[in-house]
Amino acid sequence: MRIANLTHGALYMLGAYFGVSILKVVPNLWLAALLGGLAIGVLGALFEKLVLRKLGGNVLGQVLVTLGVAFIIADLCLMVWGGDPIPIQTPEFLQQPVRLWGLVFPAYRLAVVVLAVLVGVLLYLLMERTRLGAMIRAGVDDMEMARAVGIPVSRLFTIVFCLGAALAGAGGIIGGPIMSAYPGLDSDMLPLALIVVILGGVGSLFGAFVGSFIVGFVYTFGVALLPDLAYVILFLPMILVIAFRPKGLFGKFAA
Amino acid sequence: MLLLLLALLPVAMGEYYVNLGSQILIFAVFAASINLLLGYGGLPTLGHAAYLGVSAYLSALVALKLGLGHALGALLALAGTVAMAALFGLIALRATGLGFLMLTLALSQVLWGTAYRWVSLTDGDNGLRGLTRPFGLDGAMPFYYFVLAVTAGSIWFMARYVASPLGAALKGTRDQPRRMAALGHHVWMVRWITFIYAGFWGGVSGLLFVYYHKYIHPVSLSLANSAEGLLAVIAGGSGTLAGPLVGAAIVMLLKNYVSAYIERWNMLLGFVFVFIVIFMPEGVVPGVKRLWRRFTSKG
Amino acid sequence: MTFDRRRFVQATGVLGLASAFPIRAQAGSMRLGLMTVKTGPLASGGIDMERALVQYLKEHNNTLAGRKVELFVGDSGGVPAQSRTKTQELVERDKIQAMIGPLDTASALATDDYIRSAQLLTLSVAAAEDMTQRKPNPWFTRGTSTSSQCSMPLADYCAKTLKMKRMVVIADDIAYGHEMCAGFMRVFEDAGGKVVQRMFPPLTVPDYGTYLAQLKTNVDGIFLGFAGSNGFRFLRQMNEYGLIKKVTPVGGMTALDEAVLRNMGDEALGIVTSCWYSAEIENPINQKFVSAFRNEWKYDPGFYAAATYTEAAVLDATLQAIKGNIEDKAAFMKTVRSIKVDTCRGPVQFDQYGNVVGNIYIRKVERKDGRLVNRVIHTYPNVSQFWTYKPEEFLKNPVYSRDSPPYKNLES
Repeated sequence: MRIANLTHGALYMLGAYFGVSILKVVPNLWLAALLGGLAIGVLGALFEKLVLRKLGGNVLGQVLVTLGVAFIIADLCLMVWGGDPIPIQTPEFLQQPVRLWGLVFPAYRLAVVVLAVLVGVLLYLLMERTRLGAMIRAGVDDMEMARAVGIPVSRLFTIVFCLGAALAGAGGIIGGPIMSAYPGLDSDMLPLALIVVILGGVGSLFGAFVGSFIVGFVYTFGVALLPDLAYVILFLPMILVIAFRPKGLFGKFAA
Repeated sequence: MLLLLLALLPVAMGEYYVNLGSQILIFAVFAASINLLLGYGGLPTLGHAAYLGVSAYLSALVALKLGLGHALGALLALAGTVAMAALFGLIALRATGLGFLMLTLALSQVLWGTAYRWVSLTDGDNGLRGLTRPFGLDGAMPFYYFVLAVTAGSIWFMARYVASPLGAALKGTRDQPRRMAALGHHVWMVRWITFIYAGFWGGVSGLLFVYYHKYIHPVSLSLANSAEGLLAVIAGGSGTLAGPLVGAAIVMLLKNYVSAYIERWNMLLGFVFVFIVIFMPEGVVPGVKRLWRRFTSKG
Repeated sequence: MTFDRRRFVQATGVLGLASAFPIRAQAGSMRLGLMTVKTGPLASGGIDMERALVQYLKEHNNTLAGRKVELFVGDSGGVPAQSRTKTQELVERDKIQAMIGPLDTASALATDDYIRSAQLLTLSVAAAEDMTQRKPNPWFTRGTSTSSQCSMPLADYCAKTLKMKRMVVIADDIAYGHEMCAGFMRVFEDAGGKVVQRMFPPLTVPDYGTYLAQLKTNVDGIFLGFAGSNGFRFLRQMNEYGLIKKVTPVGGMTALDEAVLRNMGDEALGIVTSCWYSAEIENPINQKFVSAFRNEWKYDPGFYAAATYTEAAVLDATLQAIKGNIEDKAAFMKTVRSIKVDTCRGPVQFDQYGNVVGNIYIRKVERKDGRLVNRVIHTYPNVSQFWTYKPEEFLKNPVYSRDSPPYKNLES
């Protein structure tokens, strides 16, 4: 959607905190993730409709307002949930390690991987194979023409933003057993998300998928082999890709 | 006239406010250097703290490890910063817009990580301390005048750059890159030179920073610091000379002054940004100008 | 020029604001500053610092040695330059006469030269070793501990009581972590043990998977030198990877602090840590402190709360000895370094460098009344920052760091 959205990390963190509270009432992690995701989605939709819409193509304004909202959310979380890190319990049946081919894997992480692939596939199908997806893509490619043909572009954009926010929120809860909810979670997650999207290419879901694999692998192995260069390794793939291919690996737009 | 007012500031107020004034001016130079790229060049940079940091660290290292004086230290620091800006510019300018933003971010994060991990050189998380100010300007008031002089000079030079033919070409590349290229301007070269120039002034703000604090820590190279500078420019109004100064004052005052009275000042800062975007999306300076014009034309 | 007009409005605004907030200077009262962290990742400890200090003052009617206390709190956000700026603000604007804090090592180091030039009486929480060792600051006192003051006795305990022979050390990749591990390693190896692996993950690494995958399992234990929530996250992940039964974790003074413990589960049971404090210490001052704190805030006080409560007690005792005359800075510093005070952490006194000499407690995590606590299982009395080494010898070596003293027994 070509919006410079720097609130995403904060939405992830807010989702994690919502999850903490929801889990007190609804002890099932997956259900909590669904509910939490919905809540954040609604917030996201409101934000898009009331604030972001007014900015149109004003990229700088988007940067300013999304960062401003990120600050507000971060401080709100601190006010409501306090400064301590709050853990989220791993679902019981996934707490033990799993033995596969002689290696030990924490079961929950495997589950998250499976879930991520599932979500990726669903999103892909949504964007490429449904009418809704086609309308969204049309709206992004050529807003005026799409409108002329009768596609309610504005409403669609709100829906897309809502979906993105919901995924971030649910992601925060699902990532909770691994990451916990703590102040600073937003600034830890945001650069990772941005790197993956830019490396994979703006506008391409498949690119984001591939990007996350590349970044994940390079970072994990890099940190193990060369711990001193941890931060360099995190950004190196992206720097290399953009320097030689400004659109990213599979990008549709010159970012 | 404004210079006179700023010069009178320390006479009217106590030490704490004078120090606050110094900090605002230092941050203003930093913001103004970002504005060269963002406002006049249309290139949003999220990694400018790198130049502030590199120059500060180089100056500190030269003083601590080589024992050289301030003049030589400043020279070496700025030379190093310019070289770094030239190199980073080569990489970052392979893209524009969001790609440029991410590249500048990435490059500065690399430097930030290096500052943390290259402990033998930078002492990592401890930072470098035991530094001194040039000419022994330890007092708040004399140092303030020093900073004021340097700031005034920096802004003047940057204003001249923008008013020059090169500056006009820069603005052209911001508004109409393709047309500029068609007219025979070397778009990339104009941008690269501006990038280096902006890096230089970022380095100057770094020197002022390290002189003021007598201490440098990797956090000064962080994304948060770059973002603060960028936000100050956007909030104040990019593409104007006064914008970054006003933006810098807003951010600094909220951070340092208001934070003593309001615990949740971060949130307040966020609200201020949202407010600015809703009512003055071009920034405070152009926005206030617009409102003033509307107000005076009605009367 | 609109340029001028903006600046003018702004300058007048600042002048106006300034006159609206004049500095309050009440005769007879004393101005105390607290430099802490209330935003960002270190916020939870910082907030505890404020709560405990306010509690102490309330218990004493906001009066120390006959003088009313005005408290000014500064928030550094965990950023060292900010800490320095805020300290300057407290001194220049609020005219504080003494400061409790700062919280983190980097902030203490950043403010070091300012403390010297302003001659600010400082009672610190931060652990920066050299400020009371090789570059001692004459205005600086520390009632908590240096980074290694608690890890060295723990190493002794691991070697002699727990009979561990081979260990791994892991800590955040910051000076605090390096200092703790270096001290631990030195004492452990002097007692016959071997540290065969060390790991220093970056402070903000989200996931310890890579480190856990490399962890050697043919060892007796692993020393955790983490701060904040990292210790707790590492332990949880250790549990998930099935390693907690194979390699016994022992923790430094901040790894399993009460603040972190209250969010943990059964995986923490039985873990041994060392610290200069535990909420379970059985002396009358502590019992009063803990029950009042728990009544008010519904959780046990930990490291940070006890830190300011202790510093306040030291301040109180010192002021009483100099009859409340805080204006006499030299007398204050001289007295504070020779005083003996009974506090919530037990009896304390200070060495010639301003660092505390007191009890270090070895604790074990147990469940009591349905919650997790750090029960004290052993006490090392009168521990100084030099452990059993002679100060002159100790100071001849460079400060504890990543490679000093060198790790001689690492296996790849």
